[in-house]
Amino acid sequence: MNLLIGALTIGLILSLLGLGVFVTYRIYRTLDLTADGAFGVGAAVVAALLVRGAPALVATVVAVMAGMLAGAVTGFLHTRLRVTPLLAGVLTSTALYSVSLFVMGSGNISLVSADGFVSVAERLAHRVGLPPSLTLFDTNVGGGSIASLGLMLVLAAGTAVLLALFLNTEIGTAMRAAGNNPQMARALAIDVNGMVVLGLCLANGLVALSGALMAQYEGFANIQMGIGALVSGLANLLLGEALLGRRTLGRWIAGAVVGAVAFRLLVGAAIRAGLDPNALKLVTAAFVLGVLVLPRLLRRASLPAEAGERV
Amino acid sequence: MSSVALRLEAVSHAFHAGTPNEVRALDSVELELERGTFTVVLGTNGSGKSSLLNAIAGSLALSEGHILLDGREITQWPESRRARLISRVFQNPFTGTAADLTVAENLALAEGRGGRRWLRRTLDRDRRAAFENTVAELGMGLEDRLDTPIGVLSGGQRQALTVLMATMVRPSLLLLDEHTAALDPRSAEQVIRLTRRAVTAGNLTTLMVTHSLSEAVRLGDRVLLMHRGRVAYDLQETRRRRVRESDLLQLFDQLRWADRLDESAAEMLRRAYV
Repeated sequence: MNLLIGALTIGLILSLLGLGVFVTYRIYRTLDLTADGAFGVGAAVVAALLVRGAPALVATVVAVMAGMLAGAVTGFLHTRLRVTPLLAGVLTSTALYSVSLFVMGSGNISLVSADGFVSVAERLAHRVGLPPSLTLFDTNVGGGSIASLGLMLVLAAGTAVLLALFLNTEIGTAMRAAGNNPQMARALAIDVNGMVVLGLCLANGLVALSGALMAQYEGFANIQMGIGALVSGLANLLLGEALLGRRTLGRWIAGAVVGAVAFRLLVGAAIRAGLDPNALKLVTAAFVLGVLVLPRLLRRASLPAEAGERV
Repeated sequence: MSSVALRLEAVSHAFHAGTPNEVRALDSVELELERGTFTVVLGTNGSGKSSLLNAIAGSLALSEGHILLDGREITQWPESRRARLISRVFQNPFTGTAADLTVAENLALAEGRGGRRWLRRTLDRDRRAAFENTVAELGMGLEDRLDTPIGVLSGGQRQALTVLMATMVRPSLLLLDEHTAALDPRSAEQVIRLTRRAVTAGNLTTLMVTHSLSEAVRLGDRVLLMHRGRVAYDLQETRRRRVRESDLLQLFDQLRWADRLDESAAEMLRRAYV
């Protein structure tokens, strides 16, 4: 039971990563490698602030701003200095590794004694009268972990709803047009470069939020945390698309959240069944490759490879 | 305000500038478009007519010269800023619309062309109802398909919608870039009729590039014939003077003869003196 609650909570935290990847990969159709750095920098900033006694909310907000700044840098490299999106992301992400190290002061910070969102959730739970521990399905479950799960549920669902609402505003629609058809967008007086920067800020803010919450939940920040974040976010997104489809924007976004949770549950089950946790990134990468490539292999087994679009 | 909508002063653009392959796509073009007139640009491939349109729209930077719209210098404005005043229909019917967005969303974006976009909801009930009416006027049955991604519509339908989108907010200048060339004859005819109606209704200043001589004589108040980056012929009041397709064809032939003469004269000189 505890394992299940943990998997659900981590899934919800990582759904924010999935939403960030949704913005860059599905709206702008680019793979933004800034994600790896932004996830790490989110964790680094939140940890550095928490150990200095900052309140969890303040630390998390500053971490999000750091992620947005990272996105803005990538956007600047891409739109003003005309660096390809992939290289721009790699450059920012690489630079962010050092930034994270500077911020943290060392490769690892323990947050066990810090006042992160988990303890905030515990206090909230206590105030609404949740007992410190309770029995669910014959197992003893801490009230704090239920409270954390609840808090993350509200946060993930709220962010998803806000993102969906935003994408249906005039700016959001202009942003989608800029990603879908830049030439048309410019002809309709949409500042495509500005929209790209805005999108990267938004996406990496979400990714950094995910990283910041992850560090607080796990009780530590590690310089390596961001490695593979983009692929992990992709896996969440693709699984969500497979489960809920992409017919409407709302469904698509909900899919990113559901996909992240489902993926975590699968991972939890696999580890319980004996999967070596060290193989996790290998399995995630193989999953992403499989989802992207298998349908095409099955569909056009007879056609030459050049016939289809690239993934 | 003066009666001049658009003014080009010594506009030049060279591809591969400074190399032996230099091509002067636009060679000191001087042009004034009167407000509310329909000007057609003809020319052979590579004559610079597309470059002219791109230079005005802002997708091609000038190497020299100035562009003034409604008396304001816009030479340094980026394309997206010019688009507040200049609307454009492309040759490829897929270029003018965002395929993954719905018909209504595309229309809403076009309606926002002149002003600021903010955190207002893109589509509310009033707006949708208004779009239904606008689209119904096209007579294509699209009013029931407002929530369909525009990418599933045919090229003709998309181009008709693009014309509609280009004229929803009245532009100071309408640019048409061979906008019927990729359509089947029926759709082309439909789009031409729609264009004509929108231009007349809004009394729009229009600049159209085309290869169709029949469109040129039907629609144009004035016909420009471009050749080697210059305006070779400038025919005024073509409709009133009943200029025919055959007249235009004759001009094309004259240009070709002049070219040949140039080349053979150069060859003669080379043989004689080099």
